[in-house]
Amino acid sequence: MSALLSLSGVETHIGQYHILHGVDLDVPDGRTTMLLGRNGAGKTTTLRTIMGLWHASSGEIRLGGERIEALSVPDIARAGIGYVPETMAVFTDLTVRENLVLAAREGAMDETRLDWIFGFFPPLKKFWLSRAGTLSGGQKQMLSFARAFIEPRRLLLIDEPTKGLAPAIIGALIDCLKEVKRRGATILLVEQNFRVAQEVGDTVSVMDNGRVIHTGTMAELAADAGMQHRLLGLSLDTHR
Amino acid sequence: MSATETDVGAALPKERADYLPLLLPLLLAVAAFPFIPSTSTWVTLTIAGLAMGMMIFVMASGLTLIFGLMDVLNFGHGAFIAIGAYVATLVLLPLAPWMQADSIWLNLAAIVPAVLLAIGVTGALGLAFERVVIAPVYGQHLKQILITMGGMIVAEQFLYVFFGPQQIPLPLPASLRGSFLIGEAAVEKYRVVCVLVGLAVFVSMLLILTRTKIGLLIRAGVENTEMVEALGYRVTRLFVGVFMAGSALAGLGGVMWGLYREQVTAAMGGELLVLVFIVVIIGGLGSITGCFIGALLVALATNYAGFLVPKLALITDIALMVAILLWRPRGLYPVTSR
Repeated sequence: MSALLSLSGVETHIGQYHILHGVDLDVPDGRTTMLLGRNGAGKTTTLRTIMGLWHASSGEIRLGGERIEALSVPDIARAGIGYVPETMAVFTDLTVRENLVLAAREGAMDETRLDWIFGFFPPLKKFWLSRAGTLSGGQKQMLSFARAFIEPRRLLLIDEPTKGLAPAIIGALIDCLKEVKRRGATILLVEQNFRVAQEVGDTVSVMDNGRVIHTGTMAELAADAGMQHRLLGLSLDTHR
Repeated sequence: MSATETDVGAALPKERADYLPLLLPLLLAVAAFPFIPSTSTWVTLTIAGLAMGMMIFVMASGLTLIFGLMDVLNFGHGAFIAIGAYVATLVLLPLAPWMQADSIWLNLAAIVPAVLLAIGVTGALGLAFERVVIAPVYGQHLKQILITMGGMIVAEQFLYVFFGPQQIPLPLPASLRGSFLIGEAAVEKYRVVCVLVGLAVFVSMLLILTRTKIGLLIRAGVENTEMVEALGYRVTRLFVGVFMAGSALAGLGGVMWGLYREQVTAAMGGELLVLVFIVVIIGGLGSITGCFIGALLVALATNYAGFLVPKLALITDIALMVAILLWRPRGLYPVTSR
């Protein structure tokens, strides 16, 4: 399957620190690619570099064959990339509705799509006119997801969506991700929770020390405890 | 699994409405009442304080948005105040006969173009200032302070060069001279106009910020510029627009202040800048409502103190700021976490 997103030899410096040391990564069209690795491996930096929030000091980033590494952040977003940051970054002073109005960049919100989102995340409908700052952590993550899904995007970058959330909320997010996948979305998902990775991932890339050190299928990694231990320092069994 | 099956559907914690800062100007006015010898004096002082507060709000509102959205410490804001006043003076001096005519229409025919031109010129200068002076120092606070302070000094010296060091009279139009009588209290007509203009600016800003997409973008940008860009919006354009609007508001405030004092001086921008910064800090960085309340508090406190204990009037603003910050260290209604 062809790659919608492709990184080749991407290096990123943040101040005096050299974080990414030549990342090579392909995200196949219509598939969910898990980006795994230990803390500090460079996963979040990779997502932020793709999004243009940190500039690649060298290397190429292509979306649908077009180079995007020199584009501004808004232009990268307009090229069709939706971003769910690790911090959720909902606008706390705005209501749930206002957050989604801003996310619907092309104009009015699609009611059908909104109803679809409400089906997964009913609290967003219930607290439609409440300030996002009053939502719980899980509800903020739902809003952050909804913001990325309110309009169709070519590629979704999602950074550790389940971090710190209750298992029940994680379940709702997984259901949503599966449905988004079923609709043909292409997703690059950073996740520390191996159970989530196993449930939604099709392919996997493992990072260490600013490089991709393994690429393969998620099923292959999930079935091989030795490989998990070698690449991630963990066994899937400990995360069930 | 739907999220309703879990505690995620639980009711939100009730958000505590924070009305106390809104009541502060009223509480201050009521607290001052027993100390002032007559009701008519209290009414006059209070209206004067409200008018002064509205003018300071008009000048400060742009600065608080500029800081909140762009994280820019613009010490050059005072220059736009002075330039606005001088532009209006340039228009009004040759139109002095219209200003002094008894016809309200002739008065308006002089003052409306003067105000519009002052707004236009300061807005355009704001655009140039943002592109040439501010843009190279985004994110560098020390450089911002130095370069904007430098811009302020340069603008002030230009005013000295072109207009001289003397005060230039800027008389009120004939129809705004004189007072209304409310009981025994004399309320100057111009002060009432200032209150109405200030309220109109405040309500308009609130409507724009809460009812339009541009307003949503500004509020979102004040909180998280990076995420606004990640949603596909070009924040640079928003920055430029807000800077122009803030500069234009400073220009409008300068015209109002010049007419209030009936004179303009090259140093007026620098003198008012201190007051404007105090108001922005009291209100909470980035907050229009906080700025509005802060401006009213500062003006009322200055007026009451000036009447009751003139020697204390000089330190009233600072004392008020210290008291507010001891109570709420980030100001009355902080928006940004910076």
